[in-house]
Amino acid sequence: MPYVPHTPEDIRRMLDVIGAPSVAALFDEIPAGLRPKSFDLPEGKSEMDVLAQLEELARKNATGHVSFLGAGFYDHHIPSAVDALSMRSEFYTAYTPYQPEASQGTLQAIFEYQTAVTRLTGLAYANASVYDGGSALFEGAMMAVRHTGRRKLVVCEGVSPIYRVMLGSYTANLHLELVTVPHKNGMCDLAALASALDAETAAVVVQNPNFFGTVADFTALFAAARAAGVVSVMSVYPVLQSVLKSPGEMGADVAVAEGQSLGLPLSFGGPYLGIMTCNKELVRQMPGRMVGRTVDSEGRTGYVLTLQAREQHIRRQKATSNICSNQALCALRALMHLCLLGQEGLTRTAETCIERAHYAAERLTAIPGVKLLSGNAPFGNEFALELPVNAFAVIDKLTARGYVPGFPLGRYYDGLENALLVACTEKTTTEQIGIFAEMLRGALK
Amino acid sequence: MSTVFKKSTNGREGVWPAKPEKSASGYLPADLLRGKSAGLPSLSELDVVRHFTQLSKKNFGVDGNFYPLGSCTMKYNPKFAETVAAMPGFTRLHPVLPQLKGAGRLCQGALEVMYETEQLLCEICGMKAFTLHPMAGAHGELTGVMIIAAYHKDKGNKKTKIICPDSAHGTNPASAAIAGYEVVNLPSKDGIVDPDELAKVLDDQVAGMMMTCPNTLGLFEKNLPKIVEMLRSVDALLYYDGANLNAIMGKMRVGDAGFDVVHLNLHKTFATPHGGGGPGAGPVGVSERLVPYLPISRVEKLEDGQFFLNYDFPKSIGYVAPFYGNFGVVLKAYAYILRLGKAGLIRATEAAVLAANYLRKRLDAHLEVPYDRVCMHEFVATSCKQATCGVRALDIAKMLLDKGYHAPTIYFPLIVKEALMFEPTETESLDTLDQFADDLIALLAESEKDPSFATSAPRTLPVTRLDETRAARSMELTDDL
Repeated sequence: MPYVPHTPEDIRRMLDVIGAPSVAALFDEIPAGLRPKSFDLPEGKSEMDVLAQLEELARKNATGHVSFLGAGFYDHHIPSAVDALSMRSEFYTAYTPYQPEASQGTLQAIFEYQTAVTRLTGLAYANASVYDGGSALFEGAMMAVRHTGRRKLVVCEGVSPIYRVMLGSYTANLHLELVTVPHKNGMCDLAALASALDAETAAVVVQNPNFFGTVADFTALFAAARAAGVVSVMSVYPVLQSVLKSPGEMGADVAVAEGQSLGLPLSFGGPYLGIMTCNKELVRQMPGRMVGRTVDSEGRTGYVLTLQAREQHIRRQKATSNICSNQALCALRALMHLCLLGQEGLTRTAETCIERAHYAAERLTAIPGVKLLSGNAPFGNEFALELPVNAFAVIDKLTARGYVPGFPLGRYYDGLENALLVACTEKTTTEQIGIFAEMLRGALK
Repeated sequence: MSTVFKKSTNGREGVWPAKPEKSASGYLPADLLRGKSAGLPSLSELDVVRHFTQLSKKNFGVDGNFYPLGSCTMKYNPKFAETVAAMPGFTRLHPVLPQLKGAGRLCQGALEVMYETEQLLCEICGMKAFTLHPMAGAHGELTGVMIIAAYHKDKGNKKTKIICPDSAHGTNPASAAIAGYEVVNLPSKDGIVDPDELAKVLDDQVAGMMMTCPNTLGLFEKNLPKIVEMLRSVDALLYYDGANLNAIMGKMRVGDAGFDVVHLNLHKTFATPHGGGGPGAGPVGVSERLVPYLPISRVEKLEDGQFFLNYDFPKSIGYVAPFYGNFGVVLKAYAYILRLGKAGLIRATEAAVLAANYLRKRLDAHLEVPYDRVCMHEFVATSCKQATCGVRALDIAKMLLDKGYHAPTIYFPLIVKEALMFEPTETESLDTLDQFADDLIALLAESEKDPSFATSAPRTLPVTRLDETRAARSMELTDDL
């Protein structure tokens, strides 16, 4: 039997020591009435046959398309060294570092990850990560709720609609009020956000670049929030954070991010990485694992899980969160990715993404009837196009020709049925952009 | 070993994927750009490779070290599953693809994996339907409790409480609280749930009860049929924490036994690697009456054999994940189930229980086992006797590290003092179990002669015991603090 090493002789010896007549007897405590009514599963297969079966399934997925899909999840180049290093079994097959003396590798790596993400967001503290950007946003909002004792969340409609649906699901039974401030042509309505803040508001939640790709400066909004005792929660895109004004520079209290763009493949939705950082005032509200630096009994530097008094295994129902793990391996990959690219590499990557997107916007808006939804608003590596026809129709036509032209904003925004969200990364070539533009021109004729 | 930031050398070139013609200021106004560089390090590829290779050598993992960490099911993770998860046909798939009308045809293989995995998990657990969306065990718990809440809300039931036995994982009460419930603690009797104690706390306000079976003492909950009946009488639902499924797979199905909701830890029972703390995956299964409340989307199969995502479930709790869960982890579990098949899964359970009982018998003359009867896949010992000479569970754990073994889980469950929880799993050979038992017995004898032998361990690892109080006080969570 695969992966079970016990021979019949071993089993006999083990049963003798236990004093049981058979392996079946070890299960005598399960009453007859609770035995399975069925267990109708296929017979096992060889490794070779399973691989062949999965190869076959993998071939049923069309991954040869040229894609301009983003919507918060981006296809960036991942250095080969990220795969090679993260697959080291000492990292890969370890558990949560409960025994620090035997886990200094994982612990130091998480400490370095915490350092790297705080440098990106410009806030002082980070946790060891949570599941994904959406759960990070929810947890960030809950930090604000606990910190302020207030129960209203003011959320910009430019925050990913996927995350806003998650926020709605998670808060359904928590007696919180969610107020959504509409976008204005794909831009955050800063004045409306500021005027929505009141004495009941726990947090104002924004995203930069927002879902439509536009970039804004939230400094004044965050100052107004601070004056009103409201916590500012900001979701960012880590690659672009190498060039964009940081949440820290804008005065945010909590910054969260989806870390997929840092060394994680798209993999049809996961595993991803929820990055969470905050300022000192909020740090004791932080959920999840955190690693701190200390010394051992001989004075040598070492690392441990710390501030565990917030956590579920000690506080049970009074914990800051039920989260008891982190995405350690994903955080490790993000750290390796950031180290391999370095400051210069990440900056050049971000700038290339922005450059390609601006080139694409220029080419695509040269087509009659196609314009930018947000006019002259600044954007990063993604932008919303307003088409003269329903975006789904264009997606259908171009996808059939091997080009996935972008995300239909009408899926989440009423009235934007003709809007198409187009993303570029450093992998997008100018040739591909040219072909896309010609295809779109043809499709709209 | 210094941090990677301290190794940075200005001007050193790493992996630079692209070279732009203009800088960001060519496209964006200056007031939207960073004033100060993020300060990421400048390193050569070899600098980075050497740093992380050296870090990895400071870690124990299942591949290199026996890892009997109770409740965590640290079984061997077969390598072929990694080959599957790394297939470009899966890794390159953008998650929003199936949301483009008609583009579900571009990801039929992935949708089929999800559909088939759900079907297999339904059969393994005896549930009506599964969702793969929850991204970890605790996330599955939260999802399950949200489903329970949606059920009661839909029926117009006013319920405010969830019962958690005192032997429960700490995540159970925390998940119930995060979902908006008041938590009622239920004391165990003889290590298991006692119907008389349950009767004292059970009333119309109870929405459900969260159980682990076998429980965290490794004991089967013999009163389960009675418990199911009692909960049904007040329309409360029964939740199964699947952390311990490795003990009962093929021997009992939670759906048949009367549970309404179950979460599984694919990173435990289904052999996907733990990765140093994640990513895991925590699929949730439900009985028929809870199907309408499952998270959306749900993968369905049409008569023509095509798969699609259905978002049209008005009673659904909504999204718990951005997409369809940790697909890359689900793939590995799917491959593992296909590889083992029916006989292999049953055999895994049997061997896990056999190994746990063998280790229990090898050790019970040397470490007290408070409930010393046939256990399931793990057992809890106590070092109360050793503690009287100053050797605590923590010290025993540290001695084991010096011998190259990962320690068992210590100080859990909370209801056993000086607890040491051993879970050997089915993938360890008899030789390994014997060597481990011999070594542990010798360590206990040594520490009896000289307690300082235990209290000064570990001595052979990169660090000795660490000052955790200092870490919590100084809050040095980054290199910049």
